[in-house]
Amino acid sequence: MLFKISLSNIRKSLRDYTIYFFTLIIGVAIFYVFNAIGTQTAFLKVSESTREIIDILKTLLSGMSIFVSFILGLLIVYASRFLMKRRNNEFALYMLLGMGKAKISAILLIETMIIGIASLVCGLLIGTGLSQVMSALVVNLFDADMTAYRFTISGEAIIKTIIFFSIMYAVVMVFNSIVISKCKLINLIQSGRRSEKIKMKNPWLCTFVFIAATALLIWAYLTVNSETIFAKSMNLMIICIIAGAVATLLIFWSVSGLILRLVMSVKKLYFKSLNSFTFRQISSKINTMVVSMTLICLMLFVTIGTLSTAFSIRTSMNDSLKTLCNADAEFFGDNIDAKEDFDVVERFRKNGFDPVKYFDEYVTVSSNGLSNISIRDTMGEVADTNDSILITALMDMQEEVISLSEYNKAAEFLGNPTFTLDEDQYIIVCDMPTVDEMRNAALSTGTKITVNGHELSPKYKNVQEGYLIISAQHMNVGLIVVPDSVAEGFTATRSYLLGNYPEGDKETIRRTDEALINEYNSKIQGNYEQFVGNDKGLYVGLDTHLMISDSSIGLGAMATFLGLYLGIVFLISSAAVLALKELSETIDSIGRYDMIRKLGADEKEISRSLFAQTGIFFLIPMVLAVIHSVFGIKFAQNLLRAAGISNSISSLVATAIIILVIYGGYFIVTYLCSKSMIKERK
Amino acid sequence: MELLKIENIEKYYGNKSSLTKALDDVSFTVNKGEFVAIMGASGSGKTTLLNCISTIDRVTAGHIYLEDTDITKLKGKELNKFRRDKLGFIFQDFNLLDTLTAYENIALSLSIQKTPAKKIETAVTTVAEQLGITDVLKKYPYQMSGGQKQRVASARAIVTSPKIVLADEPTGALDSKSSKMLLERFNYLNQEHDTTIMMVTHDSFSASYASRVIFIKDGKLFNEISRGNSSRKEFFDKIIDVVTLLGGDVSDAL
Repeated sequence: MLFKISLSNIRKSLRDYTIYFFTLIIGVAIFYVFNAIGTQTAFLKVSESTREIIDILKTLLSGMSIFVSFILGLLIVYASRFLMKRRNNEFALYMLLGMGKAKISAILLIETMIIGIASLVCGLLIGTGLSQVMSALVVNLFDADMTAYRFTISGEAIIKTIIFFSIMYAVVMVFNSIVISKCKLINLIQSGRRSEKIKMKNPWLCTFVFIAATALLIWAYLTVNSETIFAKSMNLMIICIIAGAVATLLIFWSVSGLILRLVMSVKKLYFKSLNSFTFRQISSKINTMVVSMTLICLMLFVTIGTLSTAFSIRTSMNDSLKTLCNADAEFFGDNIDAKEDFDVVERFRKNGFDPVKYFDEYVTVSSNGLSNISIRDTMGEVADTNDSILITALMDMQEEVISLSEYNKAAEFLGNPTFTLDEDQYIIVCDMPTVDEMRNAALSTGTKITVNGHELSPKYKNVQEGYLIISAQHMNVGLIVVPDSVAEGFTATRSYLLGNYPEGDKETIRRTDEALINEYNSKIQGNYEQFVGNDKGLYVGLDTHLMISDSSIGLGAMATFLGLYLGIVFLISSAAVLALKELSETIDSIGRYDMIRKLGADEKEISRSLFAQTGIFFLIPMVLAVIHSVFGIKFAQNLLRAAGISNSISSLVATAIIILVIYGGYFIVTYLCSKSMIKERK
Repeated sequence: MELLKIENIEKYYGNKSSLTKALDDVSFTVNKGEFVAIMGASGSGKTTLLNCISTIDRVTAGHIYLEDTDITKLKGKELNKFRRDKLGFIFQDFNLLDTLTAYENIALSLSIQKTPAKKIETAVTTVAEQLGITDVLKKYPYQMSGGQKQRVASARAIVTSPKIVLADEPTGALDSKSSKMLLERFNYLNQEHDTTIMMVTHDSFSASYASRVIFIKDGKLFNEISRGNSSRKEFFDKIIDVVTLLGGDVSDAL
């Protein structure tokens, strides 16, 4: 009997439950998809280092799953409490008929169970389907072969999903029982009758609060984006974040009071068609959910920030690989004890290792790292004006000086621009974002430097793009290129060997790469003491394109997965709360729409009013979140720039598309559900 | 002058196996400037009749003419236009929008008609004066008494100057004092402003304010009496007589 009641209840209130159910299914599916990534990647043919990154990724994803389940749990509790409130009259009827609270709890228990099981089954089915699509993304992100793909179902992820969601549903059941056991019949009966009280906030107070909140927000934006924020303590940043959150709350509070006043003051607008009704509805909705709106706005902000930053890291990594890593392998040696010109290849050969035999083409370059010219010298007058921690740390480092012909040799090999110089000129090659700003400041004033007794002035007012060490990021802090005649006086203390393997397919290149690394490790790194000999300050190193790309691809993939996971969960949570609220408001307003219809309003006007209500309701938190994001992303950019990562338009576009699809999807479903609710019933 | 003409209308509910005739061949006319009450027991079909006239429901057979328009032939947009331009509604449960103030509730029916904002203000204040609700215009429905709410609803119904005001048990939810006040306002509107009113009620006292009372029993026209020159008290007694004649449960409604 109880089971029958539960089942028919669900069927009856299917409309109320649509969004709830929809959200649960998405939640289950997402949870499964991200936890199944481990299984999905198991069959991929990837290198050792990538495998390690995948393992780290798995651990991070399952750690994040706990956080995600916490968020989803909160959402489910919120949603179920919300749906229960709608049914107070029904519970009152049960109690009036003499049904005990235990039995009502039992009905709810069965309902939650039915919904739980149904959502798990549907969610897992959709999840398995989605995770096959995810496979394509996995293969793409890890740059693996698509040929190895096969249909996978992760038993581990299924069990994990079931356990986590069972716990969440259990919490909901306990919560519902507590609510039922505490409620009083009189409150249940009267719940529907209480008509809403409309309080108009004091407009002057609202205006004042709005201005104050805006000012606070601007302060937080500016502080967070100021050059010095990294130099100052962490506390300031936390204060900014709190200030931003408080300002958001105050803005919603004041806007809910102001928006109506504003529209009301424009009589032509307010008394046009259904506008008075529309704006009253909107304002009462915002009024009752200032806190939820704030949370939703902040969650949307986090979503935008996370997604765009994650995508930026990935695209930036991939782009950098194309421009900053144009050699298959590079040996680098620095010998500060060098008595004569240091040549890393010669040194290797002496120790029975000939790296050149692996290469189809190669070039060796040497430079001087003991120029006795510090960065402070090249900065000239600008030196004392900086307040960047990074540059302060670099100040006393010695500049690396290279002759024009040597540099051009390397640049040609790496596909970088080559240069010409007059006898009294120099160029600085540098690509690290924060450093090149300082250097540009110094160069534009024409700072002169003295190298080996020759006074040189800058050829360009800016630093030039280029590098000697292959990497995935902009890491070149500076290289001074001088005319050959000037460099003659130096002993070469640094030496580079850049090489490309013979052309071949991926497999062959990977084998060559492994063979090179193995021989280098056994003959040089394995006998390092013997290799160094008397030159205690000797340092050598090896970077290969594959090593760099593996780790940067891994990092990019990791960022993408974590960003997507967190971003999507936040996005559906906030959209679901908005949708639930909007739908329940619509149910409450059905009578109002009937009334308006009787007054002779066209169906079109009614739909337009509903569209405006739903649209503005969804738009308001999004608009503020976007404004937050403009500054938030700028901040993230500053943060990432130090790591040589720049934000790209494509990552913003990708973020916008994801948000548009999910958030927009919720909006459309909500609008259509609401529309069918207020349809004229015959 | 004939304003509303009802011609042999029928309304059936249900299916072949169990057919209910809510209205069975009803015909009558209402002249311009009349205040007509329709009386009958619950289930007699009076509300169905009102719903058919107000185009909320459709007749099964027959015609209803308002001026020269056959409103049973109207569809979709024309129906909405007809409703908002020609009719005014007053309901038993007021049906005010609880999120709007009294002023805005009254203004809403004008703004749905696309009346320019400038004209709305004068129209609303005028009608508020007529109904004695000027001092509650800024209040919300929850801040008003039942009588005030019903007068606001009445103001909303007449502010658009409709051809006919349809009132469905307007005093149903009011105490006797508020009822009396409302009915006196109806009378005033009817006599001073020539408003045509058609009111459905099962209350003889309310009906006695009308100039004519039409009785309905089991979906059919039973009787109709006019007030003529008699006083309200005399008219009330006449109504009571007919109600007694109607017999059965109608007298319960007294």
